[in-house]
Amino acid sequence: MSIANLGVFFALLGAVLAALFAGIGSAKGVGMAGQAAAGVCTDDPGKFSKVLILQLLPGTQGIYGLLIAFITMTQIGVMGGDANISVYKGLLYFAACLPMIVVGPVSALNQAKAAVASIAMVNKRPETFGKSMIFPAMVETYAILALLIDILAIFGVSALSI
Amino acid sequence: MSENYIYAVARIRSKELTLLSGNFVDQLLSAKDEKECLKLLNEKGWGTPEMTSEEIFAQEHAKTWELMEELVEDMSVFDVFRYGNDYHNLKAAVKETCIAGEHPGIFAEDGTIQAETIMKALETKEYTLLPERMQNLAQEAVEQLLHTRDGQLCDCMIDQAALSAIREAGKATGEEILSQYGELTVVSSDIKTAVRAARTGKDRTFLERSLAPCETLDTEELIEASLEGFDAICNYLERTPYSDAVEELKKSAAAFEKWCDNLQIRAIKPQLYNPFGVGPLAAYILARENEIKTVRIILSAKRNDLSEEAIRERVREMYV
Repeated sequence: MSIANLGVFFALLGAVLAALFAGIGSAKGVGMAGQAAAGVCTDDPGKFSKVLILQLLPGTQGIYGLLIAFITMTQIGVMGGDANISVYKGLLYFAACLPMIVVGPVSALNQAKAAVASIAMVNKRPETFGKSMIFPAMVETYAILALLIDILAIFGVSALSI
Repeated sequence: MSENYIYAVARIRSKELTLLSGNFVDQLLSAKDEKECLKLLNEKGWGTPEMTSEEIFAQEHAKTWELMEELVEDMSVFDVFRYGNDYHNLKAAVKETCIAGEHPGIFAEDGTIQAETIMKALETKEYTLLPERMQNLAQEAVEQLLHTRDGQLCDCMIDQAALSAIREAGKATGEEILSQYGELTVVSSDIKTAVRAARTGKDRTFLERSLAPCETLDTEELIEASLEGFDAICNYLERTPYSDAVEELKKSAAAFEKWCDNLQIRAIKPQLYNPFGVGPLAAYILARENEIKTVRIILSAKRNDLSEEAIRERVREMYV
């Protein structure tokens, strides 16, 4: 295999890492929030539905990572079509995946911390459930921004004829 | 590390909802007698009508530690709270070994070492059965008591070692709240000892054997002040972070005790908003001990027909 054929490798590496890191971040985040939720439900099972929603919030980054991986793979032809892309284009796809590779896990873990704190808030004051959702949801903004720039960049790169 | 306690902290947040609040303490204060107080406590889940107040306190204390054992895998993180009992048991065992006769009920539970182990170590002179920090101390205390028959000297030695161990254990955890607990325990004890020594005319040797070193007080200066008298202690404390203590010391020993307890409670209050780490668990233990102490004061005062105002002066601040 010559260097000229490495384009698809770099593009696929970007796609896989986006799914991998965002998935790791979300798995850890949902696990952390799950521990807090279980702690609440041990003494008050009635709060299950409220804390479950908060537990799931750090899980979205994993979905975003999967989406980025899926879009990239369809664009580079790995899931059908011509997978012959240049090294330069492959590196550009890799760069396009970087926001989710970095922001995905970081935002998932930080969102998990906010979710854990919000679960404690709901535990003490169940009537603040609506407000408690806002705090971890604010962290989601940055995961969405990363997702947006990833999608724009991937489609932008695929439109380039290099 | 702090992520190890997420479940435990969430459980504690639920338990905090059942802690005695300032409003409940007011209710206890307004109760007409001890019986009515006990009824209120029973309704709150403290004991049953058939139990005595001491049985209720023992049960509540046990509940706290059972919960911690359920939540925390490595209980050594709470050694800072249990070292006091170890050294109390050492004092008791030294006296039991050196003084003829049996004295049942002198040992405290919830130490890090079994009281029987301490007794065995002292009786057989196998000091290696004890933790390293206690081996030399135990040997020295037994020899001192046998040679001098001075029980107070023996107590001073062990108390000083206990305070140093508590402070060191707090620092070793790397947790701010536990480190602060160790420091404040030493500070309050040192001030109390210095004041008592000044009032009873104790000499430098006694003070050097009794005061444990700490970060926020200069023990040398405190010893000098104690030798000069009570006013010198007040003047010295005015220059330390504990200047508020001066006013309380001038009032009474009870007022100073209350100030010390309130200082601890204020120091742990930020843990109410901390969702991670061992801090909220440690704060819960201290809060439970504080509420048991407060209820004990109220019941004892009601039993002795003290006025509501007089009891209020002794009641501690609550955590929630």
